[in-house]
Amino acid sequence: MKNWSALDVTLWCILALLITAVVAIAIGRARWARWPVYGASLTISGTVCAYSLVHLIAQPAVAWATVLPLGLPWIGANFRIDALAAFFLIVINLGAAAASLYGLGYGRHESAPERVLPFFPVFLAGMNMVLLAADAFTFLLSWEFMSLASWALVMTHHQEEDNRKAGYVYIVMASFGTLALLLAFGLMAGPEGGYAFATMRAHGTSPGLAGLVLALALLGTGSKAGLVPLHVWLPLAHPAAPSHVSALMSGVMTKVAIYGFIRITFDLLGPVAWWWAVPVLFAGAVTATLGVLSALMQNDIKRVLAYSTIENIGLIFVALGLALAFQGNGMKAAAALAMTAALFHVLNHSLFKSLLFFGAGAVLTATGERQMERLGGLLNRMPMTGLLFLVGSVAISALPPLNGFASEWLMLQAILLSPELPQWALKLLVPAVGAMLALAAALAAACFVRAFGISFLGRPRSDAATGAHEVDRLSIVAMAILAVLCLLAGIVPAVIIDAVAPVVQALTGTRMPVQTDVAWLSIVPIAESRSSYNGLLVFIFIAASASLAAFAIHRLASDKLRRAPAWDCGFPDQNPATQYTADSFAQPLRRVFGGFAFRAQEDLHMPLPGDGSPARLTVRLHDLVWEWIYEPVVRLVNVLAERLNHLQFLTIRRYLSLVFGLLVLLLLILAIRP
Amino acid sequence: MDKFAFDVAHFLAGSLVLVSLMLLYQDRLSALLNVFAFQAMVLALSVAWQAYAQGAPHLYLTAAIALSVKAIIIPVALHRMIRRLGIHREVETAINIGPTMLAGLGLVALSMVVILRVTAAADMLAREDLAFALSVVLLGLLMMVTRRNAVSQVVGFMSLENGLILAATGAKGMPFVVEISVAFSVLIAFIVIGIFLFRIRERFDSVDLEALDDFRGESR
Repeated sequence: MKNWSALDVTLWCILALLITAVVAIAIGRARWARWPVYGASLTISGTVCAYSLVHLIAQPAVAWATVLPLGLPWIGANFRIDALAAFFLIVINLGAAAASLYGLGYGRHESAPERVLPFFPVFLAGMNMVLLAADAFTFLLSWEFMSLASWALVMTHHQEEDNRKAGYVYIVMASFGTLALLLAFGLMAGPEGGYAFATMRAHGTSPGLAGLVLALALLGTGSKAGLVPLHVWLPLAHPAAPSHVSALMSGVMTKVAIYGFIRITFDLLGPVAWWWAVPVLFAGAVTATLGVLSALMQNDIKRVLAYSTIENIGLIFVALGLALAFQGNGMKAAAALAMTAALFHVLNHSLFKSLLFFGAGAVLTATGERQMERLGGLLNRMPMTGLLFLVGSVAISALPPLNGFASEWLMLQAILLSPELPQWALKLLVPAVGAMLALAAALAAACFVRAFGISFLGRPRSDAATGAHEVDRLSIVAMAILAVLCLLAGIVPAVIIDAVAPVVQALTGTRMPVQTDVAWLSIVPIAESRSSYNGLLVFIFIAASASLAAFAIHRLASDKLRRAPAWDCGFPDQNPATQYTADSFAQPLRRVFGGFAFRAQEDLHMPLPGDGSPARLTVRLHDLVWEWIYEPVVRLVNVLAERLNHLQFLTIRRYLSLVFGLLVLLLLILAIRP
Repeated sequence: MDKFAFDVAHFLAGSLVLVSLMLLYQDRLSALLNVFAFQAMVLALSVAWQAYAQGAPHLYLTAAIALSVKAIIIPVALHRMIRRLGIHREVETAINIGPTMLAGLGLVALSMVVILRVTAAADMLAREDLAFALSVVLLGLLMMVTRRNAVSQVVGFMSLENGLILAATGAKGMPFVVEISVAFSVLIAFIVIGIFLFRIRERFDSVDLEALDDFRGESR
């Protein structure tokens, strides 16, 4: 019996996923088809996840590589698994397994299963292939594979105009991103065409070229991850897909993009220069703030989640930027801290964003509504979903003792080390970025108070919300598993920090101090005297004080309960419309930030005294990124297309003349060139 | 290689360029075809000399193909074609002879400069040969660009192709299969273009390609 490495297992699993996809084409229309397809995806993702976990823990320093005789004949398809790939394989397949489990239940309500089932396993296979790819050709091929499969999933309900538009914007942006990556790899491969990652790693890239590669990598991976201003497709496309696919795209596919960025900057591009951090930090901070502000303005619950993904991607890029800044200055311990925070947040975001999208999917199943303005009061009707969505909201709002707090706390610890940086540019930039991070975290909390409060609390705002029922058990189980993982990662962060240590070691050359040895499962990122955090104690304290308070209230006050009509403020018509709405909840923040971020305009129409018509408040928001960047680009493309159109209708002799002229020109250049 | 062999090869390749320039100023189709046949003969001679000089007997076959197909079959066929089309006396004017010749000379100079600069390390005979071959290719292209008549364009294309064969035979060790396939593809192209000529003629009563453009609603 051969001793299987994680690489062999993953490659066979990718094959199995592709076979599943082929089978799914055949059986896609059957009602029971979701059982074998999602069942197979669940099993396969689980297997890959388990093997990668074993690889990361048991032999993190070992890298397996293999070359398959596929693809370009003189290169082949290089595959390799190292600690970084193994970590991301865990993140991705954990999310994939949860989505498959959720899909088993959720898929029952799918109106067009034959459009989802074949592409779902292909999408998973594509993401796994990106992580294993070890040459530029395989990487880009897998990347496109992933993009196209997810595009097909976005277009599942293509009958709706909005979804078609989302698909179009998505495919344009995805092509742009791939083009940028193609150029980046081309530059790294150099004139000799060393497209294998091992070759790139060995000969490095010259400093001038490295800046260009960094910019292209930021564009290429940023367009997939959702960095501002390349994020425009994300809030359109992620909500358009079925909810478990939205969870995969938001929670998991964006992580593949982050993997690509880490792979290029920390691994392939050679020694890190400190100034690389500046664009990354800047883009990350802007993305985080603008993402969460946009999330606050949305009323569609899945779009709120998609914008919140943009915010979290911003946070991760900030942490990566910090790691670049410290690494470029040789401050290895600080770089390790920032990198750990980034990787930890990658894991956390994949957990709670999947959980929240599953929750949104459950709400969608139960009510058919995505608009928060027509939800409300769901906590009584869907108690389990409500509770689990609450856990996800608390986690993403970075409240202790859940996992979001642990990783964002590590990020802020890294920011607090910035005064030790030698460059003034960074000394000034990093605290500003830290302030924006803190702002984003606070706004995220407000955003999820709003999302949870408007959807689950209060009274139902529509008949659909009134008649909602709890969703099926499998969906609940999938959400519960993720919620428990969020809690566990929050109360014992030390375990995860130590588990990602080999990855950090490989990327930055050192690692954070061992955390699992610290007493009481505390985490001490730098020194005991500076700061420490103990999720377990916080959890125990919160649990104990809450139980104590509940017990005291129950014991002392429950028997004094009396039921009476609530005071109606002298307003007898208790219509659900008198509640806070999503818009009214966001109004204070819109007034503070909306002016410059969205050029928000409020028009108040008050009827004259004696006029019985209702007053009307109209709010207009502008998407400035769209208006200032994309619309001019689109206009330019249109003008150019108009101008160049007549080239389509030249005579044969003119075409020949063009070719001839170009040939002579090139020869002239060759002749004159020094 | 001795000096004499080099000189002869040089002489023959140079003659090919000269004949290509002659092609440029032929304004009657039948004269053009005659010059083309002569060019193919020079090519055959040149290839045969290369075969002798390089000691590569398979090049004799290439020379034979060039002689039979390009110097005899294709010109004869084209002659018959223009006679049947009734355009053998036609005089065509695209761009004046003077500027065309000047452009041709410029192209020859350009290809000399480029090749001699780029291939400094290569074998002397191969270098000279490549420079001449590039000149022939460029002159063929120039002819295709400046002529309007479909038959002259065919001739321009064939002349371009002669340049390619010169390049292929001049470089030592070029596989035989390359030459065969090039010759074969030219034959195919000739057949296709011939058929098209008749189709164009049937429809428009002319083989002037401008008629096609008029048909598409284009102005000159």
